[in-house]
This record gives sequence, C-alpha cells and structure tokens, in this order.
Amino acid sequence: MMEWLGLVSASTYAKDIDFVFDLILWITMSWLLLAEAVFFYLILRFRKKAGVPGQYITGELKSEKRWITIPHFAVLLFDIAILFFAVKVWYNVKQNLPDAPDRQTVRVVAQQWAWTFVHAGPDGKLDTPDDIIKVNEMHVEVDKLYHFQLESKDVIHSFSVPVFRLKQDIIPGRVITGWFTPIKTGSFDIQCTEICGIGHALMPGRITIETPEQHAAWVAENSTLAVASATVR
Amino acid sequence: MATAPASHSDSHGHAHHAPGFVEKYFWSTDHKMIAMQYLFTGMAMGLVGGFFAYTFRMQIAFPGVDVPGFGVVSPNEYNHLITNHGAIMIFWVAMPVLIAAFGNYLIPLMIGCDDMVFPKLNRLSYQIFLLSALILIGSFYVPGGGFAGAWTMYPPLSAKPEYGLTPLGSTLFIVAVALEFVAFLMGGINFVTTAMNSRAPGMRMYDIPVVVWMIVVASILFMASVGPLIAGAIMLLFDQNLGTAFFNPDKGGDPVLWQHLFWFFGHPEVYVVLLPAVGIVAEIITVMSRKKLFAYRTVLYTTFGTGVLSFMVWAHHQFIAGIDPRMANIFTITTLLISIPIAEMMFVYIATLYGGSITLNTPMLWALSFIAEFLIGGVTGIFLGASGTDIYLHDTYFVLAHFHYTFFPIAIIGTFAGLSFWFPKMFGRMMNDTLGKIHFWGTILPFNCIFIPLFVLGAAGEHRRIFDYSLFPELARPELRHLDQFATVALLIMLSFQLVFFYNLVTSLLWGPKAEKNPWQSNTLEWTADSPPPHGNWPVLPTVYRGPYEYSTPGRDQDFWPQNVP
Repeated sequence: MMEWLGLVSASTYAKDIDFVFDLILWITMSWLLLAEAVFFYLILRFRKKAGVPGQYITGELKSEKRWITIPHFAVLLFDIAILFFAVKVWYNVKQNLPDAPDRQTVRVVAQQWAWTFVHAGPDGKLDTPDDIIKVNEMHVEVDKLYHFQLESKDVIHSFSVPVFRLKQDIIPGRVITGWFTPIKTGSFDIQCTEICGIGHALMPGRITIETPEQHAAWVAENSTLAVASATVR
Repeated sequence: MATAPASHSDSHGHAHHAPGFVEKYFWSTDHKMIAMQYLFTGMAMGLVGGFFAYTFRMQIAFPGVDVPGFGVVSPNEYNHLITNHGAIMIFWVAMPVLIAAFGNYLIPLMIGCDDMVFPKLNRLSYQIFLLSALILIGSFYVPGGGFAGAWTMYPPLSAKPEYGLTPLGSTLFIVAVALEFVAFLMGGINFVTTAMNSRAPGMRMYDIPVVVWMIVVASILFMASVGPLIAGAIMLLFDQNLGTAFFNPDKGGDPVLWQHLFWFFGHPEVYVVLLPAVGIVAEIITVMSRKKLFAYRTVLYTTFGTGVLSFMVWAHHQFIAGIDPRMANIFTITTLLISIPIAEMMFVYIATLYGGSITLNTPMLWALSFIAEFLIGGVTGIFLGASGTDIYLHDTYFVLAHFHYTFFPIAIIGTFAGLSFWFPKMFGRMMNDTLGKIHFWGTILPFNCIFIPLFVLGAAGEHRRIFDYSLFPELARPELRHLDQFATVALLIMLSFQLVFFYNLVTSLLWGPKAEKNPWQSNTLEWTADSPPPHGNWPVLPTVYRGPYEYSTPGRDQDFWPQNVP
C-alpha cells in the first residue's frame, strides 16, 4: 500500500511493516464491507410497510445469540492473527538490537528547530576529533547496519524516516538507541513528528543513502575538514 | 416552561412563585434548564471549534492564503488553532453536550423522578463549566496568545515559557481544563447517584433504558480516571509557575510521566463520550424500527467490559514515546481485545434492525449513520493498536482520520441524533423533517469526503501539526496537496450546510407545529410527561411495569407498550 502511494521501501524492515499494514487492511476491509452490506440490506429489506408489523425478537435465546457469538469469536481469531504479526515486527524493530562487526553509530541530536547528526568518521568511533558533524543532513552507507542514538536538547521531538517506516520519540534527558539497515540509495525526508513549538514545520532533515564508494568519498572529504577544525579549536 | 404544578411535592426547596428571568434561565436548579445551558454553551463552543477547523484547514490546503474572517495564519497561530480545536471539541463540546446536556435532561425523565439528587451541586457544576469556558476563551487574548503546544500538553514544551512561547496562555489553558474536570466530577456524582437511588417504583436494574446505563458507566469511568490527570495538571501548573521539576529532566523529573497521567485519563475519556452517543443510538433505532433491543443484557455486559478494559489500554498512545518496548506488547494485546466488546455492540445494533419496521426520518438517519461511520472508525483503530504498524502510522494523518471517524460520529452525529429525537420533548415543538434530511445529507457526505483522503495522506506519510509541507519534498508532491485541498473544500461544504440546521432550529423553536406528548410512540418514561415537561416533570410520578423496549409485542393492538402502562 505504501509503495503504491509513492513511498519507497528503503530499510530491511519497511517491507515487514507494509506486510502487516496490508494484512490488517485486507482483514478489516473485508469485515467492514460485510458488516456494512448486512447493515444496508437490513435497512432496505425491513423498511416500514403497511400491515407488516415488526417482529418480536428478544435476542436472549441461544439460537438468536448465535448471530452475535459467532462473529464475536471470529473477531477474536482475527485479532490473534493480527497480534502475532504485529508483535513479531515490533520485536524485530524495537525490542531487538542486532549487532555486526562493521556496525556504525550515528548520534542524532534534536533541538528547536534543527537536527544535528554526528557521524563517526573514518575511525568508526564517536566523540573523537574526526567526527563529522552535520546540520539537517545525515549520510549513511547502503546495506550497512546502523545504530542511532537519539538525544534532545530541549523538548520532545520525534525522529521519523518514512522510507524506513521508522519513528521514535526523542525524550530530553535520555539517550534512546535503535537500529536500521538501509537497502536503497537516494535522498529522503527526515521529519520531526512530535509537535515541538513554532518551528515544528521547519525541521526538515535529509538522509542520503550512498553506495560504499560514494560514502567513502564523502567521509574522506569531510573528515579532513573535521580534523582540521578540531585542531584549530 | 410552565411553573411547577401545586400537586408536585417539593422536596428540595424550589420556589413556588413564578421565577424571574434570571432565576429561570441563569440560576435554575431544574435539571432540564441546566441541560439546556450545557447544550447551548456546548453548541456555541462547537461553533468556535468549527471556525478553528475551517481556518487551519484553509492554511493546510492553501498555504499562506489570507483566510476570510481570520487573515494570514502564522505558525504560532496555526499551532494555537489546532491545539484549541482539539481541546474545545472534546472538553467543551462532546463532554457538555453528550454527558452533561443529555445526561441532565434524560436521566430524571427516563427513570421517572422529579430532579437530580443534588440540584444545587448540579447548578454549581454548570457555573464552573461556564467559568472554564470563559477562561479558555480569555486565554486566546492574553499577551503571547493562547496555548499552542497541542491539546495533549506534553511537557517540556508546555512547561517552560521559553519553549512554547505562550507564558500566560499555557497556564490559563491548564486552569481551564482542570476546572472543566471539576465541573464534570460534580455532574458525574449526580448522574450515578440519581440513577441508582431515584428510580421510579418498579424500575429494576434491567428496566433502565440503555442510554441511562451508558451515561452512568461513562460517569464512573470519568470519575475513576480523571483524578491522576487533575493531579498531573496541578503538577504541570507548578512546573510552569513555581519552578518545580515533576516533568523536567534537567532536575530529575520525567516528561513521560505526564504522558502516562494524561492518557490514563485520555483513553477512558474516549469511552466516556462514546457511551452516551451509543446509548442515544440504541433509543432511536429501537423506536424507529419498532423492535426490541437485541440482547439487552449483552449490551450491558459489553458496556461494562469496555469500561473495565478501557483502563488498560492507555499506553497504546505511547508505543514509540520512549516507554520500554516490551510494555508495548501488553498494551497491544489489551487494545486489540477492546475491539471485541465494541464490535459486539455494533453487531447487536445491526441485529436489532432485523425484522423491524423501519421509518427513515431524521433522527433515524442520524442514528443509522452513527453505526455506518463508527464501523470505519473502529476497524481503522486496529492499524494503530497493532504495535508493528503503529511505528509507521503514529502521529500521521491516518491517526487523525481514525479518531475523527470515532469522534465525529460521537460528538456531531450523536448530538444531532439526540437533539432531533428529543427536540419535541425539550421544546414542545416538532422540527422540520425535510430540512433535517437536507442537513443530514449535507453533513454526512462531505464528512466522508474530508476524512477518507486523510487516511490516504496518512498512509503516504503526511504527519500532523505541520502548518506548511513545502519543506518536505516527499509530502509536497502535488497529488498529496490536491487531496488536502479536496478535504478542505469538503469541509467548507459541510460547514455551510450547518446553516440549514440553525435555520431549522430557530424556525422550529419559534413556529414549529406543537408536539404531542409522545410523537414517536416510544415506551420510555420521558414521553409520558408533557412536552416540554414542567418543573417537577410529572404531577404524579410514574410507576414502571416492564423494560423499555417492548415494541411489537405479540397479542397487543398497539406496537408499543409504555413502561408505565400496567
């Protein structure tokens, strides 16, 4: 559904979330259409006609209650199916934190009203002189596992990358860690999705997903600058 | 309204002389007059909330446009408009109209007593409510402007003036909300006590009309859930003005605590306003289809079940808000479970139509449209209750469209259904049915045209509370902008059709044909009183012999059997 709406799937779990969405869409739309069809049929079928009184049905007999209890258990069954897939995806995206030897970490600092992205630089470690610090601009390498550390300087913000189907609120006073693995190159929106004051609409970040060669070039170009400015300081 | 007849036993000190204008309209302890005060205050606030919706929808669809009647919308004004639209529609429209107005009007009349148990508390309840509304309106005009940090008031944005930039506005907003809660606590005590203690002789628990049960359960939910939020509101007030740090992480507080306090109330609140509307629908569909309510007891049990479960689902608003991710698993289970009693309630209503003799007049159209539209609101909730998909959909227009598909049927459809149904009783005159139908179709069709596009926009990633999307290339695509414009035009059409309603309301109030006691041939007790009922409701209080839904009973000449007829 999301791809059909023009949104690419650029993370490993984007397809999984889309699958659960589509599953729920099919289940709920079938139920909705069925319920509405019965509903409109009954309205048309039982319009007032001269000489035809209403029927006296209490709905307390077992044979009548079946009309409620059978759909009741069917709803329960579908709920369980949805739960299974929803929790599975949730576990993978939010509870689980995969690791790999070449894993990279990016620190995301939100404030009113800008993003600061701290990339690790050539040594792969944060808080070293070669860190590449960018405003509203995040650069990652395709097919590589990333951890992100979310921090806020003032109010609650939310880190949302629609093409990843990823969203996480950022709470001041905490560091919230999560992960993604980009699978498509390109440049995409990063949005703040929690109202954060007057400039809430003026917090547009961009994530650029590059091939390993492009990314190495970007790192090389920016790390010299980073080291130089750190030495001057 | 006439003065109390002499035979009416005056148990709580009503004056027997004809009351003066102020005494009658502003200082009355009569439950019907207080209901009218709540109804008209709620409708007036509804106009304010509707105007706000019009203004910010114009800005979303046509960024930077000079909105007629408002002017150019600045980012802060935009935030202020959406914040107060939400707060007004829930706290100052849905609550006063559905719970307070219909609760006050219907409970004594439907259970056959002369007034509320605590009439003076009832009067005080409305006065505090009015004060809260005036404080809210006043907060729009203080230096810095009205509060603009979303109706959920998440700190630290709401707690520190340098973040929200509305120093006085945010304080007044919280004071107004807290006072509003105090007003409804008084109302809730009254509703529960009256319904439990003042029923007419012969009215057993299972003879109480569903709408009364629903308002009672809603009041209990409200009273049980609002305590933490009143405490939270005072803590937030202290954080704002006295430098405490309940929600301030720099000094050891926790902003997420507020979210728990807010949503622990906020989610039951959905059912607090839902239940009265569902009850109103039950009364109308049974009368207009001449059918006994299908499985009355099942309806009651699902109501109680919903009430209990509604206390266990709040954190589904916070899946991605920084709570422990393991907690989401518990709350996604309880959230999907609550779909069962609600679905069952809808099945019961649909089953009630089977074998009926259905008249499609204005009240019935509203009641049926409630079911048709609320079903959409219900099933789309599954997407959001399922934790996996909520990661993506949280804070998008999908959420917004979902809860408008629940709140619009509740607050707007429920109100119009109830008002058109009980109008003859309230004012002693009939409403024009043709104008009512024009208003119905002119409201319900544009409503769907507003919010179905917003589902699509939400699924495409459009997030909420953004006054201009031009900085987000993925959202600034023309096909998405066109959907937003379509929704806004539909809103303009819907709003303009409300003129038909107000025309109908005023002309029917003044010149509508006189209503008889029981124009719909209904069973419940309020239809045995005069239209409108005098102070004290009945010369002799009625006695009850059976349940409220004995329609088309075999072996009777009439197809209804009023509760008070032996």
